[in-house]
Amino acid sequence: MDRYVCNICGYVYDPIEGDPDNEIVPGTAFDDLPDNWECPVCGASKDDFSKEE
Amino acid sequence: MEQTEIAKGIYNVGVVDWNIRDFHGYSTHNGTTYNAFLIVDEKIALIDTVKKPFSDQLIENISRIVDPKKIDFVISNHTEMDHSGGLPRVMHRIGEDKPLYCSKMGEKNLSKHFSRKWNYQAVENGGTLSLGKRTLQFLETRMLHWPDSMFTYLVEDKILFSSDGFGQHYAGPEKFDDQVGDAIMIHAKKYFANILLLYSAQTLKLMETVNKLGLEFNMICPDHGIIWRKDPKKIIDAYVEWSEQKSGKKVLIVYDTMWHSTEQMAGKIAEGVSLEGVEVRPMNLRHCHRSDVMTEVMDARAVVIGSPTLNNNIYPTVSDFLTYMKGLKPKGKIGASFGSYGWSGEAVGVIKSELEAMKFEMIDPGLKIQYVPDPEGIEACIEFGRKIGKAVKEGG
Repeated sequence: MDRYVCNICGYVYDPIEGDPDNEIVPGTAFDDLPDNWECPVCGASKDDFSKEE
Repeated sequence: MEQTEIAKGIYNVGVVDWNIRDFHGYSTHNGTTYNAFLIVDEKIALIDTVKKPFSDQLIENISRIVDPKKIDFVISNHTEMDHSGGLPRVMHRIGEDKPLYCSKMGEKNLSKHFSRKWNYQAVENGGTLSLGKRTLQFLETRMLHWPDSMFTYLVEDKILFSSDGFGQHYAGPEKFDDQVGDAIMIHAKKYFANILLLYSAQTLKLMETVNKLGLEFNMICPDHGIIWRKDPKKIIDAYVEWSEQKSGKKVLIVYDTMWHSTEQMAGKIAEGVSLEGVEVRPMNLRHCHRSDVMTEVMDARAVVIGSPTLNNNIYPTVSDFLTYMKGLKPKGKIGASFGSYGWSGEAVGVIKSELEAMKFEMIDPGLKIQYVPDPEGIEACIEFGRKIGKAVKEGG
């Protein structure tokens, strides 16, 4: 599964870790995150993320 | 700073740092101020503190107005230490258990600065807090310019406490925009160029939100520099303009030099640009601070970078500047590189790759001259300058 980087603050979403602080369980692919999920650091929306190269 | 009643019952209890000249790598030729605001209503609130070494002075300024123990709560708009450094002293004086209002990220970030477990009260975006007759409203401004950043709005008085937003590193006898006039704008511009440029998109979004909410401002109180009371719209309009990153028709030539050959090239390139009738500004990195150069980058259409080749690489000052500029993400620039070299000549190519990585539109493979420019070399520099000047004129 791909990691995604926040274009605004640089936070990396790692599907292996998920985002437990916001009830995203480990193993959740970026595409499967809810549409209203926000970057846990800066509040950016999913559209503001790019696949890590 | 003598405490100033900026509106009825609202005081700037901040301090002036007259002698700071290097603010974490940003040159502050005029010093700066750390503004903090005391609102005396049925409840008494302190908005932000100051840099740690000025904590006692903050307490003294507050004490001239009220006994610090009477402060009911503190609002931290921003975690950075020039605004939070005074918190330990303040909380100690007013009572460690008093509520400390901040954003959700503020709570996380403050607790990574200070070990003491204060009575954090994380606020919701748009949340309010009554002072009795007046109401504070909180507006999250994440990444303007830290994740914790927020604004606090005094609803009835229409006064915005904008943290670092709309600030300027300026210490002077003037406290308000009407006292200092347009001379303050260069300081506000420098602040934007060096702190907020990379968050231009967020700045524009925030301005849209402010419009949608129909917020009006009688006064904007940033945590640095003067307060905008005569014409707060002026700084808002300037932020919109700077965020849009519409460059002027200006060429900026940024360089360093070893034995004056690259400098000579810079001069002749500037001459070529001028011959096309385009404004040009050469800046030698050994004399101009990176933060002053960055201010000029903001409205330049073309940024031309020159470096001699030193040990198969670029000059350290040029490397410093490129790293700094890359982080601030200027958009919509034309780029070109040049430099003198002795034998290997890597510098021009290294700069070109760096500028390409910043998505600059490169209009030339770069101009290299071995050792000292001869008459042909001089002519090549003038032509190079003309080419850049034409691109700026035609490219709009």
